[in-house]
Formats: sequence, structure tokens, C-alpha cells
Amino acid sequence: MTEARLLEVEDLRVTFRTPHGPVEAVRGVSFSLGRERLGIVGESGSGKSQTGRALLRLSARNGRVSAKKMVFDGIDLTNASERTMRRIRGARISMIMQDPRYSLNPVVKVGDQIAEAYRIHTGASARKARDRAMEMLETVRIREAGKVYDLYPHQVSGGMGQRVMIAMMLIPEPDVLIADEPTSALDVTVQMQVLALLDDMVRERGMGLVLISHDLNLVASFCDRVMVMYGGRVMEVLEAGRLHEAQHPYTRGLLNCLPSLEHPQHMLPVLTRDAGWLEEAR
Amino acid sequence: MIEVENLTVEFGRGAATVRAVRGVSFTVAQGESYGLVGESGSGKSTVLRAIARINPEFGGTIRVNGTPLTSKRSRDEARRMQMVFQDPYGALHPRHTVDAILREPLEIHRVGDKDRRIKAALSDVGLGPEFRFRYPHQISGGQRQRIAVARALILEPEILLLDEPTSALDVSVQAEVLNLLKRLQRERGLTYLMVSHNLAVVAHICERVAVMNRGRVVEELTASTLRGGEPAEAYTRQLVSATEGYDREAVRGYVTYE
Amino acid sequence: MSAAADPQGAGLRAWLRSPSPASTWQARAQRAYLGWVAFRANPIAMAGLLIVVALVLAAIFAPLLTGSRGLDPDLPNRLLPPSAEHWLGTDQLGRDIYDRLIWGSRVTLYIVGLVSIIVAPIGLAVGTLAGYAGGWVDTVLMRIVDIFLAFPRLILALAFVAALGPGLENAVLAIALTTWSPYARIARAEVLTIRKADYIVAAEAQGASTWRILRKHVVPLCLASVIVRLTLDMAGIILTAAGLGFLGLGAQPPLPEWGAMISTGRDFLYDQWWVPTAPGAAIFLVSLGFCLLGDGLRDVLDPRSGEA
Repeated sequence: MTEARLLEVEDLRVTFRTPHGPVEAVRGVSFSLGRERLGIVGESGSGKSQTGRALLRLSARNGRVSAKKMVFDGIDLTNASERTMRRIRGARISMIMQDPRYSLNPVVKVGDQIAEAYRIHTGASARKARDRAMEMLETVRIREAGKVYDLYPHQVSGGMGQRVMIAMMLIPEPDVLIADEPTSALDVTVQMQVLALLDDMVRERGMGLVLISHDLNLVASFCDRVMVMYGGRVMEVLEAGRLHEAQHPYTRGLLNCLPSLEHPQHMLPVLTRDAGWLEEAR
Repeated sequence: MIEVENLTVEFGRGAATVRAVRGVSFTVAQGESYGLVGESGSGKSTVLRAIARINPEFGGTIRVNGTPLTSKRSRDEARRMQMVFQDPYGALHPRHTVDAILREPLEIHRVGDKDRRIKAALSDVGLGPEFRFRYPHQISGGQRQRIAVARALILEPEILLLDEPTSALDVSVQAEVLNLLKRLQRERGLTYLMVSHNLAVVAHICERVAVMNRGRVVEELTASTLRGGEPAEAYTRQLVSATEGYDREAVRGYVTYE
Repeated sequence: MSAAADPQGAGLRAWLRSPSPASTWQARAQRAYLGWVAFRANPIAMAGLLIVVALVLAAIFAPLLTGSRGLDPDLPNRLLPPSAEHWLGTDQLGRDIYDRLIWGSRVTLYIVGLVSIIVAPIGLAVGTLAGYAGGWVDTVLMRIVDIFLAFPRLILALAFVAALGPGLENAVLAIALTTWSPYARIARAEVLTIRKADYIVAAEAQGASTWRILRKHVVPLCLASVIVRLTLDMAGIILTAAGLGFLGLGAQPPLPEWGAMISTGRDFLYDQWWVPTAPGAAIFLVSLGFCLLGDGLRDVLDPRSGEA
């Protein structure tokens, strides 16, 4: 599955300048992505979101990204010009953020926003773009796509907004999709339906998916591989199906402290952190 | 302890009326933990907010300790019933120190011996005295939620209303707060009414659970039925399936329940 | 400057930076200290602060800084140009302009202080009550605010002074009456953003009275924006006072009010330019000082930038 490497990252670092001195959010992360579903799991502050953003050079202004190697489909992302990046963003690597309502333009109809995304990347006619956007709305399982096309972002529910966002990100048919907590604002059943949609994209079109999430069980049940992050470092990378055989004490601790329906416990084991986790494997 | 009978809550008027809660009834015994689960829009939080009279308008009756609640909250009620909110960042006043936050209920109810009680409240929730004079922005999310629990308990109420108390926290911190809630309940014989979208969290804390959808209780079941045995309602089964993780085949069969 | 050379300073700094303060006072002092550190990093704001501090010092130490109170005429020495004896020259009655400017700073501070004391509490009270209570209370209070907002400031002040008679106190009252309404609006807007916040609901759930919530929870959060607005408005207040003085409706002669000084000095603008120019420059400088200070305070006090 990993024969065709879409993305290769080696020793990625993201440092933020703050009034209290530099803060290293990502500290030497290496991974590669094929046409598969890769999950990045970690708690807040683990650097998982910053890893995703750094790939598209969307880090905040006071952030500095460096890497020994960051290659997408033969293009060196570390040295790519801003122009090259603009051509890659959206068209070839897309990103879905947590809350769709902040990512959609509030004064443009959702359908037009999708069509616009298509036109920018393909230069198609307005008519064709509209048809394609309508198809895309149906693909993301929105009933009555024609009606939804003419709604404004504030008129759609959270779940539907997230689907619109996904439609917009998928319409240029990107090679890689980075989804940062795409479903955590949604109800569990809707969450699963949205994931099924992303699943289809990976299976049918051979897209590479990076799913960033705090939910270990969700990622384990959905992804092919899971990368566990803590304090800006990678703790371990596992086959998703073997997550429950994880070796690293951090992964084990995370798994154990989740309340579970199947295995009731009176008290939950509390995760004890080890400063050594941030040092090893330098 | 808490008896809710045929509770209805409506927002708006005329054609725009939204019936958020439609005829919900349940009872919670003293010392019991009772959970309300459901997806967004199920009305679970609205029920809690009606009991706390954050939404003062409701139909039906709510009795606490046998006394029916009126839409106006009396001051003594605060000593019997307190609430913990979902968002630890929004529940603490940004310009008050931890000391001021914990002192406030004592001042309102003219309870003496404030310094001793504040120190005891901090140690009860597992925080050291060094936290006492910090501002909320100087402490982490989990510590804030502990402070919120300490504030709710400082008047020694019998009932705690918990509105998604851990959903904004990291899982490792969630475990700590859940353990804290369990320990406090055991030590003090508290009655909990907890709202959550997370079935596993509710089953962990609560003995009995009501599953809500579209403003109604779909079914009421014990935590062990929820875990092992098959829930009676299809809606609950779907919820359990979705909670357990992604299953491509199962997702295809999901239906929207109206 | 090093920590070793100044153990007491280092001790104070450590006390101000300690991660676990031992008392409410220490926590507050730390907060103020952090604000000061941020403020100090802004040179323009520091320039504003310097001007305002200079104004206050001039007012306090006026007797030490001047040779006379600048009230008694000295006709043989009228309209002298600036010299070593009269740094800024003399006016048409032979009074030393420098002395009058220094003593005039007391008048300016008096106006500014009195207006702030009247305006901020009224604006805060009306705005927070309207915002928190909502409903008809809000409607009634805000319509009253609208009425006051609708009048042009100087004209309403003129009408007031005309009715009450000229004089410094009446001018202050007139300015205050025309200035409080925007504060009510700011406070109300601020309250509307926080009244549904969980910490307000939590206070209600603890049985706190409306008065207590307003005093302990709502007002402290509105205070910052009101103070910033007040500082920024100071320039306007000083100018309005000067305008009233210029029109002869504010401070009465021989009181050295800067606006009145320009007014009487304007006859000599072509031949003895220093007579109106000196008070004009003083008004300009002080207005600028307050503006810069207000801008700096906004960056420090804004609750949204104060977090994290």
C-alpha cells in the first residue's frame, strides 16, 4: 500500500516565537504517507495539528517550519515558492478544519463556494462548475442538493456544514487530504457517516488521508496506520488493527484511561507521564 | 431526591415555537447517579437547565426533596443543588483568583470559617494550596474543572448537576476528573444527574441512564444493560454501535430517527 | 541592574513573578506588573504617559515651579516677548504666561478629573444595568441614552451654561451631561457579550443577587474598556472645555484656563504671537498625551489580549 509514497517527511520541526522565548511545537517528526488512511493521535499540545498545518505551510505567522526532507510527489515543500504552494494548496493537498462555520464565507451561498473552488482549480465554465458542485453535494450524501446549494452557511446545521466543507475540499480531487478533527463537533452517528465518505474517497480514488484526532478508538477503528504523538514527538507508529498491542507506555496509558462500555472499571488508571519520552530516540 | 414529571420546555412563540423537551419523566433516588444521553438537539441539556432554572420557563413538575420547584430560584436551593458546566474555560470568571471564586458562595450564604473551607475545598479536589491565588488563565483545563467542582461543592450540596463535565478535556485529564467525581460521590453520598453525549462516560459514572432523542426519552436502562445486554430500542443500539468505533458496514445501515 | 547587585530589587521581581502567589494582593500586583511590562514595551504609549505625568506634576508642584500665581496685572510689563525673566513672555495685562500655564494645568486637571468622576460611574451604571436586566429596562434606558447622543456636544453644553450661567463648575456639569451616553453604550455592549457566559450563570446558581453580579462580575469586565475610552476622550473633553472657555462660558477671568487664554490672546496673534500660541501648544500637547496613553492602555487592558 505504501509503494506509491505521496508524502515523505523527515525531521519536521515547528518553532514559535513568543514573548517568553521560542516554543517548539513539533520536534523532529518523520513519517510517510501512501494511498492510505494515516491517523495522527495525541492530546492537546502534542503538536498533531501543527504537523498538519506545517505540511501546507499554514503555520501561524510567528512560527518557523524546518525539515530535513518534506517531499510531496517529487516537489520539495521545504523550498517551494509561495506560488508553488498556492498551486498545491486546495488543488493537490486539501485541508479540513474542525469547525466548518469559520471556514466558509458567510455571505456566499454554499453551492457557489463549492463551484468556485472547482473553477479556480480547473478553469471550467460557470455552468459546468455548478453541475459538478451539485454532483459533489450528492456525493457527500446531502439530500435535496438543489435546495442546499442555495443556502447560506448560517442556514445549514453543523453536520451539513461539515459535509459542505468536505465537498469543497474534495471537488478539485486532491491527492492528499489533511483532516484536522473533522468530526469532533458532530454527533457520533453523523461523525461515522462523514468518515464513511472519506473512506470512499480513499478506496475509490486512491487519495491519501491524514486524519488528525484526539480520539484513539475512533482512529484505531478507521485508519490503516496510527501515529501517536506527545509533546511534539512521535511516540510510536502502529498498524491500526494492532493498537491494543501497543508497546509504548504513553499509548498504553491513553488506552487504559478511556472509560469503556465493554470493560467496566471502578476507577480509571491515571496516565503518569515520563519526561524521558521527550528525550529518547533523538 | 429529584422527581421530574411530564417536563416540557418550549422556546420561541407562535409558528416559530421549538419544542425542545416534550414530556420527559424520571426520578433519581438519593445517592444515585443518573445519566441523560443523547445527540445534540435531543434536549438533554435543556432538561438539566430547567432543573437548575437557567431556563426558567418550563411545563410539568420538578420536585427536589419533595418540594416542587418554581420558576424563580430561591437562595436556599443553591445549598442543596449545584451545577458543573461543560466548558472549564467559560465557567470561571477571568478576573477572579481561585480564592475569590471559591469565596463567593461562602459570602453569598454568609458561611463562616472561609479560609479553612477554601483550603479544604482545594485539597478535596486534589489541588495544592499554591493554586489558591492564581487566575484561571494561569492553570490548565483539567485544573479549572477541578476548581469548578470545588466551587460547586463548597456549600456542601446534596445534588450535583453535571453538564458534560469532561467533554472539553483531554482523555487523560477526563479520567482524573471522572475519578474525582466518583470518589467525591462515595465519600459524601452525593446525588448526581449527569448529561453527556458520551455513552462510555455516562455508563462509567451512572447506574441508570435515560437515552433521549428529539426531546423525548427513548428508553431508560441500567448501565449494565447498556453494556452487555441488547438495548430494547433501535435508536440506542445505533448509538452504541457508533460509540464503539467506525464500522463501514454498520454505517451504511444508519437511519435518522425523527 | 544585575540581580546580584540589587538584592532587594531581585526579591521584588521574584515576588512579582512567583508562579504561586501567596495572597490576593500579590496576585493583583503580579497582574498589574505584567500589564506594566507590556505597557513599558510600547514607546508611544510611554510618551503619552510621560506627558500626562508631567501635567500632574506641574499641577501638584505649581507653587514651586512659578514665581507668581499669574493673577495680578502688571501693566508696565504687558506683552513682553519671551526672555530669560519671562520664559514665555507676558500677556496683555503683563502677567507671566509660563506661570499662568502651570497654574492652568490645575484647572485642566480639575475639569478632566471631575468629568471622569461623574461620567464613568453614570455610564457604567446605566450601561451594565440595561445590558444585564434586558427587557423594558434596557429599552427605556437606551432610549434615554439615544436622546443624549442625538445632541451635538458643544451646542448642548452651550445651552446648559447659558441656562445655569457661565463658570467652571457649570462647564464641567455641561460637559459631563453630554459625555456620559457613549459610556453607557460601551458598557452595555460589553455586558451583552458576557451575560450568557457560564461564570455569570454559575454566580446566579449560587444565589448571588443582581446587585452582587453587577458589582463583582459584570463591572470589573467593563471597567477596562470604559477606562480606555475615557482616556481617549480626555482630549475631546479638554478641547470642549477650552472651547467653552474660548467662548467666555467656561472658567471666568482671571482664572488661568487655557481656552480662555487663547480667547483673550487671539487679538494679539499677529504682533505678539506667543500670547495665544503658548496655551494652544499646551492644549495640543496634553490632548496628544491622553490619546497616546489611551491607545497604550487599550493594548494592555483589553480583556481579550490579556488572556493566554
